[in-house]
Amino acid sequence: MSEALINKYFRPGRLPHIWCPGCGNGIITGAIVKAIDKQGLAKDDVAIISGIGCSSRASGYLDFNTANTLHGRALPIASGLKMGNPKLHVIVVTGDGDASAIGGNHLIHAARRNIDLTVVMYNNSIYGMTGGQYSPMTPHGAKATTAPYGNVERAFDIPELVKASGATFVGRGTTFHTLQLIDLIAQGIAHKGFSFIEVVSACPISFGRQNKMGGPAKMLEWQRDHGVMKAAWDKMTAEQRAGKFPIGVLYEDNNTQEYTEAYDELIKRAQGGK
Amino acid sequence: MSRILLLQGNQAVVEGAIAAGVKFFGGYPITPSTEIAEQLADRLPKVGGKFMQMEDEIAGLGAVIGASMAGCKVMDATSGPGFSLKQEMLGMACSAEIPLVLVNVQRVGPSTGQPTSPSQGDVMQTRWGTHGDHWLIVLSPASVPETFDITLRAYELSEKYRCPVIILMDEIVGHMREKIVLPDDYSKIPQAQRKGPSKKPEDWKAYATDASLVPEFAPYGTGYRWHITGLVHDETGFPKGTPAATIAAQDRLRDKLMKHLDDIVTVENYKMEDAEFAVVAYGGASRSVYEAVDMARKEGLKVGFFRPITIWPFADKQVKALAGKVKGILVHELNDGQYVLEVERAVAGKVPVHFYGKYDNESATPEQVLAAIKKAMA
Ligand SMILES: Cc1ncc(C[n+]2csc(CCOP(=O)(O)OP(=O)(O)O)c2C)c(N)n1
Repeated sequence: MSEALINKYFRPGRLPHIWCPGCGNGIITGAIVKAIDKQGLAKDDVAIISGIGCSSRASGYLDFNTANTLHGRALPIASGLKMGNPKLHVIVVTGDGDASAIGGNHLIHAARRNIDLTVVMYNNSIYGMTGGQYSPMTPHGAKATTAPYGNVERAFDIPELVKASGATFVGRGTTFHTLQLIDLIAQGIAHKGFSFIEVVSACPISFGRQNKMGGPAKMLEWQRDHGVMKAAWDKMTAEQRAGKFPIGVLYEDNNTQEYTEAYDELIKRAQGGK
Repeated sequence: MSRILLLQGNQAVVEGAIAAGVKFFGGYPITPSTEIAEQLADRLPKVGGKFMQMEDEIAGLGAVIGASMAGCKVMDATSGPGFSLKQEMLGMACSAEIPLVLVNVQRVGPSTGQPTSPSQGDVMQTRWGTHGDHWLIVLSPASVPETFDITLRAYELSEKYRCPVIILMDEIVGHMREKIVLPDDYSKIPQAQRKGPSKKPEDWKAYATDASLVPEFAPYGTGYRWHITGLVHDETGFPKGTPAATIAAQDRLRDKLMKHLDDIVTVENYKMEDAEFAVVAYGGASRSVYEAVDMARKEGLKVGFFRPITIWPFADKQVKALAGKVKGILVHELNDGQYVLEVERAVAGKVPVHFYGKYDNESATPEQVLAAIKKAMA
């Protein structure tokens, strides 16, 4: 990332970050910053609200209106903030456990409301901050400190979950395909409504080691070899798809009214207007 | 001009909130507090405010915190099980110093308990419900008119001291209907407002304070790009966990309230001038105490009633003075003995402290309170 971008968007004195060498969090946080830059948003108009976890620490490094809230609870706080000041571009930074386990109920309901938030879910397939317990995104059979015999549970297909819940922009990227990731986040920010971007990332320490993934570079290669562009994915057979996942814009609906706009109309009705 | 109305306590909360300038409610329905949500859903849009029924009580208080970050005056209302769910959020609001007003209309607990019966079993939970040392303000009204006043006061205190204020009601005050006289025009009611930044963004520190010990608040989106965290933080607002930083942070959160007790703590003294014996009670339990004291007086017993209106911080000074004045104290609560422990602590053995607890889903009658007074005085 360029010195100029770092100076512009990262808070002086807050770096270095707490993340381990080889962690994907820096790539994703960099992509968020580049997406904001690409959209030309004023820093004062952007809020970054995060939950708790390694990934959620990103909010503290970034020079916007920020909050590092409670585990799983970034979305309700972000929703209230957006209602309190709809002019703010509210971006939610969350981990896979934060978003899909403890915060899972908030996730489906924020999606259902189609409130204009951009959620970036850092998916490292594990609870990083607490040292490698399985999350609802840990693949079936993978090892975790709380799954020493392999994970008996099955992972969410989180884009499908969020789409079914009512989200109007759903995408998936990886920390390998960084240019696409920046673009996806930028599109999510530009989208008026609830947008959700899953970012397949790597935690070499707490996931990679337990699962013999071969270190940070190998984990990036794994993303390269398993992430398939949506257009190609659509043409693949079920057999070809096995073990792989689509990346890119997975779903977009620009015809559903956004929540804060709908609420403003409600206010007009309540006050006797049409 | 004013209007004479017959309102429930829960409706008086709504009137007080609207009069105070509330602009956002986030919550989840639960008996016996639901009327507050229902009526704010109707009233808020009319004053340009917003109402959100969230997916659960945690999200309700979360949304309220978010709207407060944008600078709105906010409210949440709940009861029993919902109040339990809110505790983690409440702690974050204490730590990050987010002004908010949370109403807890108590019902019988634990667990689902008795949704429509009176109890005061949450009084200790309002003080110690969330984990860790923390400080907040709890006010408890004893009548419908007082509920309106206390709601205004809750906004004054939460905006001034930047802390959550809990209005601790009970099923009695929440559902009881009483005459109340309200102004026609709320626009003349002074609007509490948190202190804004006195410096330019580049010179401003989010949690730096003056002698008041209360930091200035810059609503999100107004050019002050600051950071909120529930982690222990220093005056910059960023995490700092050294022993010195931790003590400094905790001491300030305590002292910003404890050094202003004369402003925060209010009590009512009823027939206390010549009293030789005092009943201590608060909230809905007070209703029978006034009458019991009147009955005792008719029998020639010099009994008075000391009623904490500010429940937390505790009226330490006032209770100590009370212990120096009367020969005995009876604490009456609708629980098995919670606030009495705090009264005993403050009285410190100076005079006997008796307890009359009622926890059978019904409030005490004046006759029952009178009998307890006589037994304690004997
Ligand atoms: C209520 C609550 N429960 C548990 C925790 C402990 N905890 C902190 S972070 C975390 C999991 C983090 O995993 P994830 O959300 O996937 O984020 P990552 O650290 O991997 O970025 C847990 C369980 C907590 N802080 N709060």
